[in-house]
Amino acid sequence: MSDSLISTLDEGRSEPDHLRQDLWSVLKGMLAREFLIALRRRQELVNPLVFFVIVIVLFPLGVSPDPGFLKAASAGVVWVAALLATMLSLDRLFQGDYEDGALEQTVLCAQPLYLLVLTKNLVHWSLTGLPLIVLSPFLAVMMNLESEHIPVMILTLVIGTPVISLMGGIGAALTVSLRSGGVLISLLVLPLTIPVLIFGTGTIQASIDGLPIGGHLAIMGAMLALALTLSPFATSAALKMSVSN
Amino acid sequence: MSDSLLAAERISCERDDRLLFANLSFDVKAGDVLQLEGPNGAGKTTLLRILSGLFHSYDGKILWRGENIQRCRAEFESDLLFLGHKSAVTATLTPLENLRFLMGLHQQVGESELLLALEKVGLAGYEYVPCRNLSAGQHRRVALARLYLSKARFWVLDEIFTAIDKAGVAQFEALLADKAKSGVAIVLTTHHQLAMQSVRKLTLGQVSYV
Repeated sequence: MSDSLISTLDEGRSEPDHLRQDLWSVLKGMLAREFLIALRRRQELVNPLVFFVIVIVLFPLGVSPDPGFLKAASAGVVWVAALLATMLSLDRLFQGDYEDGALEQTVLCAQPLYLLVLTKNLVHWSLTGLPLIVLSPFLAVMMNLESEHIPVMILTLVIGTPVISLMGGIGAALTVSLRSGGVLISLLVLPLTIPVLIFGTGTIQASIDGLPIGGHLAIMGAMLALALTLSPFATSAALKMSVSN
Repeated sequence: MSDSLLAAERISCERDDRLLFANLSFDVKAGDVLQLEGPNGAGKTTLLRILSGLFHSYDGKILWRGENIQRCRAEFESDLLFLGHKSAVTATLTPLENLRFLMGLHQQVGESELLLALEKVGLAGYEYVPCRNLSAGQHRRVALARLYLSKARFWVLDEIFTAIDKAGVAQFEALLADKAKSGVAIVLTTHHQLAMQSVRKLTLGQVSYV
């Protein structure tokens, strides 16, 4: 940040300042572009959602349709499916930009790269995490989760899926220059998401058992705060590395 | 040295156990056109990527107005126009949307200016067609429309005439000459014979120790 401060103080600049793009306009432009690209590739948006539904449906069909089992497994199944569905959507996060060269241009933008990365994360989450959350109550009912626990499940997903998106962004950035990055992202990122999974399902389980959930939610909130503040830096460092090859 | 925009000081770069160039020193002043020459694999693209701050595995220093580019990134990048091998044109977006995004990263450009630039590069009537339906040359022209709009003072252009027809090459060369006259410093590689006057040439491919 000090760089931009110095450059605005520098009186030697011959370029008038009003011609330079301000941060907000850059981020708005990025946001508009990301949504446009995503909406032109609707198939890719639907894939993780269909995957999410199918994985959950497999459990009553493949393991047991017994209501007792489904209820006990519901929190874990919904969460694991959400985790895998998000992983599935991650490999395209930077891939297109890397292939056509837009990533180089983004890296060379004078504005802080981590904010541009955060914008991309935001778009990714609102187009994969958010639809998953909208679908989850229906699947929870199918998994025989009692309706009073569904708001808790939604809350854990609202806090937890952004964490997965943000962490996954690091993996996507590291593997963007590789041919078969998709599987590698999952191998890199899934172990890191275990704490979120534990506390996500733990919160729902505590609610089912009639225990207080405030502590669980606080820890998940801390994870989200950590992921929001740290992962964009790691992602942008990884992107710079990938672009320089 | 005060009027030099960018100075390279004793740059050496090794890739895959091969020394591309060693102790390379040169400077680029406002209005200069510097053409990098050399056979394929001589390191032209690598040098351009070093100059634009995309590639970091090198020895030596690159100074932007006397300051190391690693230390004044924001200032350097706001004055840099980089057109690489990859055109940065997204296939699912239209030429207008592509240009709006690419220009928006660096400066404020009005919608009418964008349309005018697209008209100048011969894409009138294609503004709203997805780029995947365009030819390779038209694709390249979308990227080159940035040359008409950019207010950056240091241009790094890597093989920008690929897939452009003869008339187009002449048109863009004239534009480059024009921009150089108005004080833009240009470093480029091309396999085309440039008709421009006063092009400085730097030949890579034979390692020379200064």
